[in-house]
Amino acid sequence: MEDNFEDNMYKEHIMELYRNPGNFGELKNPTHAHTETNTLCGDEVTVHLIIENGKVKDAKFHGSGCVMSMVSASLLTDKIKNMGIDEIKLLDRDDVLDLLGIKVNPVRLKCVLLSLYAIKNSLK
Amino acid sequence: MEINNETAEKFKKDFPIFQNSKNLVYLDNAATSQKPKSVIEAIKKFYENSNANIHRGIYKLSERATAEYGNAREIVAKFINALPEEIIFTKNSTDSINSLAYSISSIIPYGRNEILLTEMEHHSNLIPWQQLAKRENMKLKFAKIKNDFTLDMSDLREKLTDKTAIVAFSHISNSLGIINPVKEIVELAKQKKILTIVDAAQSVPHTKVDVKFLGCDFLVFSGHKMLAPFGIGVLYGKKELLERLPPFSFGGGMIKKVSYENAEFADLPEKFEAGTPNIEGAIALSASVNYIKEIGINNIAVWEKKLAKYALNKLMEIPGIKIYNSGNSSGIISFNLDNVHPHDVASLLDGQEIAVRAGHHCAMPLMKKLGISGTIRISFYFYNTFEDVDKLTESLKKIAEKFK
Repeated sequence: MEDNFEDNMYKEHIMELYRNPGNFGELKNPTHAHTETNTLCGDEVTVHLIIENGKVKDAKFHGSGCVMSMVSASLLTDKIKNMGIDEIKLLDRDDVLDLLGIKVNPVRLKCVLLSLYAIKNSLK
Repeated sequence: MEINNETAEKFKKDFPIFQNSKNLVYLDNAATSQKPKSVIEAIKKFYENSNANIHRGIYKLSERATAEYGNAREIVAKFINALPEEIIFTKNSTDSINSLAYSISSIIPYGRNEILLTEMEHHSNLIPWQQLAKRENMKLKFAKIKNDFTLDMSDLREKLTDKTAIVAFSHISNSLGIINPVKEIVELAKQKKILTIVDAAQSVPHTKVDVKFLGCDFLVFSGHKMLAPFGIGVLYGKKELLERLPPFSFGGGMIKKVSYENAEFADLPEKFEAGTPNIEGAIALSASVNYIKEIGINNIAVWEKKLAKYALNKLMEIPGIKIYNSGNSSGIISFNLDNVHPHDVASLLDGQEIAVRAGHHCAMPLMKKLGISGTIRISFYFYNTFEDVDKLTESLKKIAEKFK
C-alpha cells in the first residue's frame, strides 16, 4: 500500500515541502500583495511580493489549504524570484506542473493553480 | 431476506461496475448509487421492444409504451404508499423542489409569509426557497442544529408560527447523515396548517418511507440514488393539494383542450408532466424498486445500520479523527482527519481505489457554521461489506501516519 501511495500525487518530495514549505510567511513592506481563495474547498493563499525595477526581489506566501495548493505556492514563490513581471505573466499551468514534477488529477488542478492566480492578480 | 456480509458481497455480482473495477470500494452512495444489471437491462429492453412515444400513438407499440410507463408509476407509488396520480415524474429531487417552489405560492394560506427550513439542508432544498422568498417577498427562517448535530426541536417548534407558510426539511441529512423526526415535525406543522415538504433523497433508497404514515404534503426523491438511471425523479404530493396546485410547466401532454387564447389542463398526474417524459427512466426506476423490494427495504436499513456501527467503531481508532455524528446514524458518516485537508484524504484514498466524497457536500452554510471547509463523507448501500470498511480504515490510518 505504501508503494501505491507513492504512485500518486503525494510523493515524498511533495510531502516534505508540505511539512516545511519554503517562503512561507509575510513580507514587511510588500509592493504587491493578493489573496486568492477557492470557495469550493476553502483554500486560501496570500502572496507578498517586493518588486524593484520590474523584477521580483522577494516573494513569500501564507494561507491554508491542501497539500497541492501549499506546495505549489512554495515552489512558485521560489521560481519567480528574480523574474521580470512580463515573464511572470507568461507562466501557465504547465510551468506549475513542471515545478511539482508529479501527475495531477484533473479535479485537483484548481488547488495547484491557486497561487499562480494569486501572483498574477497581485500584478494587476 | 436478512442481509449479512456474505449476501452483501453477493449483491455486488448483480452490479457490472464491480466486475469491471474489481478493486473498487465504492463509498459515495449518497452522491449516486451503482446500477444493477436488471435496471440496465430494463432500459435496453424498453428501447428494443417497446420504444414509442406515450399517450398519442394509435398503434400497439405506443399503447405498450404507455402501459409500461403507467405501470412504472403504479410500482413507484406503491413503494411509498401513494396513489399513482400522486406521483409526478421529474428529473430528480432538485427538479421536484424547484417545480414545487415555482407554483406553491398559489396554495399558501392567505397572510402567511414565512418559509421555515433547517440549518442542515442541501443547497437543493435551500436555494429554490431563497428564490421564492425573493420573488414573493417572503421571509426565510432556519431551525437550528444542536451541538450533537441533531435538529433542535424546541427551536423548530418556536419557529413554526401562524405566519409560517411552508416547512421544508430533509428526512436524512446528506452531509452528516442525521435522521430527522419527520412524523413529529409534520404533526407540529399540521396543527398550524403549515405545508410540509420532505426532501427524501437520502431516505427513500435506504429506509421505509410511507407517505400516508408520515402525513407530509409533499415529498421528493431521485432515482439515481436508488439504483435507477440519472434524470428520473419523483415529486409526491397529496392528491387534494396537487389538484389545487397550478402546473409549473406547460406544453404538450398536459392539456385537455386548447384554443389560440387558452388551455384547459389535464387531470393528475399528466397536468404536471408537460412534454415527452423520461419514459425509459420511469420504467428503469420501477425496475430498481422491484430490485429493492426483492431484498426488502427494511433489510437494507438494518444492514446499513450494522455497517455504520462497525465503521464508527473502526474510525474512532484512527488518531486525530473528528467524526460529525450524533450516534443516531444512517449509512452516512462525515469526518475529518486532524491537520489533513479533506481533498488530500480523498485523493489518497482514490489512489487505493476507494471512492469517497470530500468537500462541502452542497451544504456550504452548514460547513461554515461548523467552522470547517468540508468533510470526508462515506455513505453505504446494501452491497457494501465489512471488508470495504476495513480497506477504508486501514488506508486512513496510513494517511494519518503520513501527515503526522
